[in-house]
Amino acid sequence: MTATTWKFTAKEIVEKPELFTSGHRACAGCGSAIALRQIMKATRGPTIVTNATGCMEVVSTIYPYTAWKVPWIHTAFENAAANASGIEAALKAMKKKGKLHESVDVIAFAGDGGTFDIGLQALSGAVERGHDFLYVLYDNEAYMNTGIQRSGGTPYGASTTTSPAGKVLLGKAQLKKPIADIMVAHEIPYAATASIAYWQDLVRKARKGLEVEGPAFLHVFSPCPRGWRYETNKTIEIARLATETCVFPLWEAKEGDYSLSPQSKIIAMKPERKKPVTDYLKTQGRFRHLFKGGAEHMLQDIQKIVDKRWSRLLRRIREGS
Amino acid sequence: MTRETKSWQDIPIAGVCWKPATEYHTGDWRTFKPVYASEKCKKCLLCSMICPDAAIKWNETKEVVEFNYDFCKGCGICANECPGRAIQMIRESGE
Repeated sequence: MTATTWKFTAKEIVEKPELFTSGHRACAGCGSAIALRQIMKATRGPTIVTNATGCMEVVSTIYPYTAWKVPWIHTAFENAAANASGIEAALKAMKKKGKLHESVDVIAFAGDGGTFDIGLQALSGAVERGHDFLYVLYDNEAYMNTGIQRSGGTPYGASTTTSPAGKVLLGKAQLKKPIADIMVAHEIPYAATASIAYWQDLVRKARKGLEVEGPAFLHVFSPCPRGWRYETNKTIEIARLATETCVFPLWEAKEGDYSLSPQSKIIAMKPERKKPVTDYLKTQGRFRHLFKGGAEHMLQDIQKIVDKRWSRLLRRIREGS
Repeated sequence: MTRETKSWQDIPIAGVCWKPATEYHTGDWRTFKPVYASEKCKKCLLCSMICPDAAIKWNETKEVVEFNYDFCKGCGICANECPGRAIQMIRESGE
């Protein structure tokens, strides 16, 4: 069964057993926990999960408790992809020796710190070697579990504990690394961006990533109430706003050919539906300093960056079609 | 909680976690509690899909969603997103 023929209903997905169970100790309203739950609902059979150090590793396996109902391996910050490569190679060897007869999927979960910064070379190597696994980046845009330090995934202007907004600096002075584009540049068979606000889209993309032969990369936008400083009940609302303002457009790229997902396609066809970026920024405390007066140029800069990346994406899609 | 001294022989090899997290109830973190009005429910199951704690389940026979208060941390995402406004957050009565 391929992703194009796999038609699932909400009921079917809801009734699928939870492989990432209740009782994990993520903060109330955690976006990454939602992402993991939804992705584990897209599995098609026996699955092995490896997890880089990060929020989801810490909260799901506090000794002696584990929230995983699949074989799960914790690995260091930098080598989730290397670990996944090893698992996949071992499975291949076991098949060759006749010790394994079924197909087993491998998923690597890592946060933005473990992907943008620390795990990038392991990921790049694994993709270049062409191992068959799905790499999921749950992006909460900073090192959240160690106390909100900025990472390569933190957006421009965001205040974190290591890029605090004050008299000298107005939050992070650098841009967010376009990580999914970097993965597409590896000529990876499948790369996509997804958001927890659109679960059907996310589940479908995770399934596609598992079904594709070779490596697949999924960049999942997962807001963090603690680090982004908003009320716990706004997680999904903020994730949706990120897509509606084109801060985080949804697309997929097969063999380097980009195509927009429905939620972003609507905005491409009807540009008047694109909301101003301030709608998104003002929902979060980490951007609060931009609205106190004297930072209008920063707001304009952020809008310019978003517009530039959005038009670059549209250009790539036009070139691909 | 009683704390008993354990030697290294009592710890599983590689420190493997052996207890399911479902034995650890996170429900007592809650300040606000979701309350469900079944007559307003559109049965879209969105709440179940976006619950970070897998604490909302669909009951096939009764055709309602059920909350598992052992695990619900009271984040309120379900109440905020529900298209029929069938979920309301109320403050837990203090014990």
